[in-house]
This record gives sequence, structure tokens and C-alpha cells, in this order.
Amino acid sequence: MAGSVVQSSRSRDLDKLLLRPGNLIGANFEPGSQLRDDLQQYVKVLVIGAGGLGCELLKDLALSGFRNLEVIDMDRIEVTNLNRQFLFRLEDVGKPKAEVAAKRVMERVSGVNILPHFCRIEDKEIEFYNDFHIIALGLDSIEARSYINSVACSFLEYDSDDNPLEETIKPMVDGGTEGFKGHARVILPGVTPCFECTIWLFPPQVKFPLCTLAETPRTAAHCIEYAHLIKWDEVHSGKSFDPDDSEHMKWVYSEALKRAELFGIPGVTYSLTQGVVKNIIPAIASTNAIISAACALETLKIVSGCSKTLSNYLTYNGAEGLHTKVTEFVKDKDCLVCGPGVLIELDSSITLQKFIDLLEDHPKLLLSKASVTHRGKNLYMQAPPVLEEMTRSNLGVPLFDLMGKVLKDVVHVTGVASKNDKKTSCLRKLRVAFKGVDGVTDMDTASGA
Amino acid sequence: MIKLFKVKEKQREIAANANGVPPVKKQSAGELRLQKDISELNLPKTCNISFPNGKDDLMNFEVTIHPDEGYYLGGTFLFSFQVSPVYPHEPPKVKCKTKVYHPNIDLEGNVCLNILREDWKPVLNINTIIYGLFHLFTQPNHEDPLNHDAAAVLRDNPKMFEFNVRRAMAGGYVGQTYFTRCM
Ligand SMILES: [Zn+2]
Repeated sequence: MAGSVVQSSRSRDLDKLLLRPGNLIGANFEPGSQLRDDLQQYVKVLVIGAGGLGCELLKDLALSGFRNLEVIDMDRIEVTNLNRQFLFRLEDVGKPKAEVAAKRVMERVSGVNILPHFCRIEDKEIEFYNDFHIIALGLDSIEARSYINSVACSFLEYDSDDNPLEETIKPMVDGGTEGFKGHARVILPGVTPCFECTIWLFPPQVKFPLCTLAETPRTAAHCIEYAHLIKWDEVHSGKSFDPDDSEHMKWVYSEALKRAELFGIPGVTYSLTQGVVKNIIPAIASTNAIISAACALETLKIVSGCSKTLSNYLTYNGAEGLHTKVTEFVKDKDCLVCGPGVLIELDSSITLQKFIDLLEDHPKLLLSKASVTHRGKNLYMQAPPVLEEMTRSNLGVPLFDLMGKVLKDVVHVTGVASKNDKKTSCLRKLRVAFKGVDGVTDMDTASGA
Repeated sequence: MIKLFKVKEKQREIAANANGVPPVKKQSAGELRLQKDISELNLPKTCNISFPNGKDDLMNFEVTIHPDEGYYLGGTFLFSFQVSPVYPHEPPKVKCKTKVYHPNIDLEGNVCLNILREDWKPVLNINTIIYGLFHLFTQPNHEDPLNHDAAAVLRDNPKMFEFNVRRAMAGGYVGQTYFTRCM
């Protein structure tokens, strides 16, 4: 009995959101116990990353009524994580973050089930990601975000009027922190800008000129980068540096220290060495907590419709006073990752050469000298000569065959577009759909491949 | 969105029965942009590009440069390019695979070219980098040294520098360092 008392008090506040109608609700909100049950029993959420943000996200989502969670992270716990990654204890050092985080949250929040995955995000099949209704990202790398974004956008389909098919949208909530600063954003591919539409939001990593490192170091970071980028290769010919190998990191630290002494530069420490080499900015627990709270709340709102969602990018800055702001970024309609692309219907007998000719006259494209790529395979390259030669034999082959006989799929083309007598080079996404394939009716093509 | 989730589930079941094609990872935006760069390459006769892993791996390629003037006339220099999936947000990693006596390239093949590091901008492209590398051979400069000794000789004694370059390219010692023939 005690258990049920705890249960009802735990979901009391959540019930107020989910069981009652309201005025500030999202589209298609249907309050009621069915909604609460679905949230608990039906909805599956994937948390990517079990670090500073990931620990917070798992806890927040579990306490927001989600009961089917999975978490993926490739890292093991380090001593330096313990100050903010609050699910971990000293005796956990060396264990996989995903496994320990899942266990700790399950111990504390009854009824929640968290399945950990100790692996790289690239190790999972694409279909793995399609199983989740929503993905919450607690990552610190632009590469990982870009990868997950391309996966989530690959599920997106458009109708013949270039409108996204709602049921193919894989929502993502992305959090990120750097010291006192953070962001939380909602990505509904096809509706709000995807990560690639606004990649310029991420400042490029600071890169020092190599000759400065080699000749005129002025800061501790210069000494560390010298040891990391120049000295390492000089001494370890052929062996590549592994930032996750502590022996490698110690070697870089000791070399950086020597160099700093030589030039009379103070400030080289082991943790600074790790920070510079891995491009880490000191993490602050409360920034993670604030950003995670925003992300968990958006996840709840998107899934339940109990309130309008963030539209679409929140920045938080606690460095000087406190400042938060929401910006509504717009998507890039020509985005290669989330955009619809230009729909082209073709007869299955059309050869690649004929297809390239068609692009020149297509009113939406007027694209000459096209090079064509499909799922990582270069079907035809206009240049350089070495690639042109390797791909030339494809020109006489039907495109349908070259694309593996799928009824519709995306190809990318680059070439020269003519607009009002102006020629510009461009890269376009095309949705190719084939017709006139034996044994296949229009119904089948419409249901989508 | 729960209603939509359920719609999606139904459709996936139907699709699975109707021999649907499972989604495959799309190319990264970096790969696509690189494909554009490569298909628009316009290289001088002195530069050649090759793809050791075949036509479908453009992310790792090699460029050979044969300078047709200056100190390095007659030499052949091989560079490897490694392009990140977030290109052009990040510049490619470029290394010189030919051991060269050069003020701006060290003996490990690190290259001091501003657009490869501090001055990289996403509007730049592979063509710009290859021209930049070519330029290093026609106009080596002693102001951004990576090979300190070579830079000092170029600055103080250009005749000696020329002699050292010829010697290194022909295969032989310059000071304590042995260079394999690259002409
Ligand atoms: Zn996009």
C-alpha cells in the first residue's frame, strides 16, 4: 500500500498537466488518464550521452513520468566526472557511464526502466533510432550531433507538394553547455531548422598557427598544442595520438611542461592539458541542471501536447548576471539534410546520361554538367579526370539499376545552375521516384520505400 | 504527438510486410559538400589528385605537386588529405608525405599554411588549399617557420638554401638529416 501512496503523490503535479484541459496547450492535446498511461507505458525516449547533461536528463525524464528510457554512451567514468555527474560514485570509476547511470536512476525512481547501451552511436543500426518516439541529446561534440541529426532526418518523408509527412518526423531535443553558457533547442525535422541548417551557430574550434607553436609560443595552451601536434609525431613516428589513453595524455603533459619551462611560460597543468587537447571547457553543474530541465520539459511538452513547445532555440548565459533568450531560427529550405529536395519522376528505363540531360531542362533546376551521387556512391563525376574515367561507364546504365532498384530515393547532384543568365555552382538534393516498373502499382509507390 | 506515433507504428508494420527498404544512413553534409568541391576541381597541370580507396571514398585522398618554377622545380611532393564529416565547418587535415627541406613544412610532414588552421573559413574549398600548397613551393617564406634551420638559411643565404634544396631533392644529407630522392 505504501507504494501506491508514493506513486500518487509523485505524479500529482504531472496529473494536473496531463489530466485537465487548458488554454496554453499544444495542437491535438487530449487530456485524460489515457495520455498519462501512454506517457508511462507506450512512449520510448532515447537519451544520447550519459555525461554531465545525460545524468541530469535521465533523472529529469524519469521524474517527469517517462518509464521507457534507453541511454547510449561510449565512455567510462573518470574521477574528474564526479563533481557534476552526480549519479556516479568513486567506486564506479572505470565502469561504463551508461550502465551506472541507468542503474542509479532505476534504484531511485520506482517503476522506471532504463536500458543502457555502452557503445558508439555509429555502432547501432539506423533502425535502432527509429524505434524511439523522441531523442534527447546531451552531447558535447558537433560531429556526434551532426551524425544523429542525419539519422533522424533520414526518416523524414515529404508528400508530392513538398510538405513533410507528420508521422515521419522524428523529434529531437538538444542540450549543450559550455561553462556558464548553454542552449536548449527543439528540432522537428522538416518543421524547425535541423542541426545542419544552423551549423554556423557553433563557433569553430580555436586553432593556433603551427609556426607559432613551433617558434614563438606565448601561452600555456601553445606549449600543450606543440607537444600534442608537433612533438608527438616527431617522437612516435606512425603511432597516432589517442586522447582517451591516459599514458598518451601524461606524455603530452610532461613535454608541454618542458617546453613551458624553456620559454618561461607558467600555467601548464595536467587538467589544462586534457582541456586543450580534448577542447574541453570546464563544466558547471548548475548550467547542466538548468539546460537539462529545459530539455526534459520540452520532451514532455512535445510528446503530450500539454503546452506549446519552445520555438525553437533557447540560450542561457549565467556568466554576467543571468540572461536567457529564445530565438526562432528558420530552416534552410534548401538544406541537404532536412529539406525536401526537388521531386523528379522518371521512367525506370532512363539511363544516367539521359537523367543528366533532363536536369539541364528541368524548370526548377536548369542544372548543367551534373555530377550525381547516391547513398555514398558516386554514380558520375564530371571532374577530376581520374574520377570521370572511373564513373563514365555508368552513363549508359539505367538510373533505376544504379540505385539498386528502389522505387524512390534521394540522390544529390552538383553542377552549374543558370538563373537569369547568371551561372552559379550548386549542390542540390533530388527525390527520384520511378514509374513504369513491372508488377508494382501506384499504391505501393505511395506507401513509401 | 502520441497519436502520430501510433500512426507511424501502423505504417511501419504495413511497410515491413510490403518489402519496404529500410532506411540507410544518408551521406553526411560534409561528404556532400566535399563531393561538390571535388567535382568542381580545376587544377593546374602541376597538381594531380588521386583516390587510393576508389571512387566512393572521397574523404581520404592524395595530391601530388610538381613545381614548374622556383627552388623546387622538378621535384614531386605527395600530400594526404583527411576530411571530417563536419567539413567545411572544420578544415581538412593535410600532411606532406614526402620528406622535404622546406621552411614551412617540418620533417614530420606538418604544414604551416594559414588556411589550414587559423584562417580557415567554410567558404574556402579544396581547390583553394591545393593552390595554397602549390604556392608554398614557388614562394617558401622564412617568416612562418616550421623547419627552423631551413628558414634561417633561406633568410640569410638564399644561394645556400637553393643548394640545400637541390641536394635534398636529389637524395642526400642536409646537415644531420637524410632526404630520399623525390625528383
Ligand atoms: Zn536542415
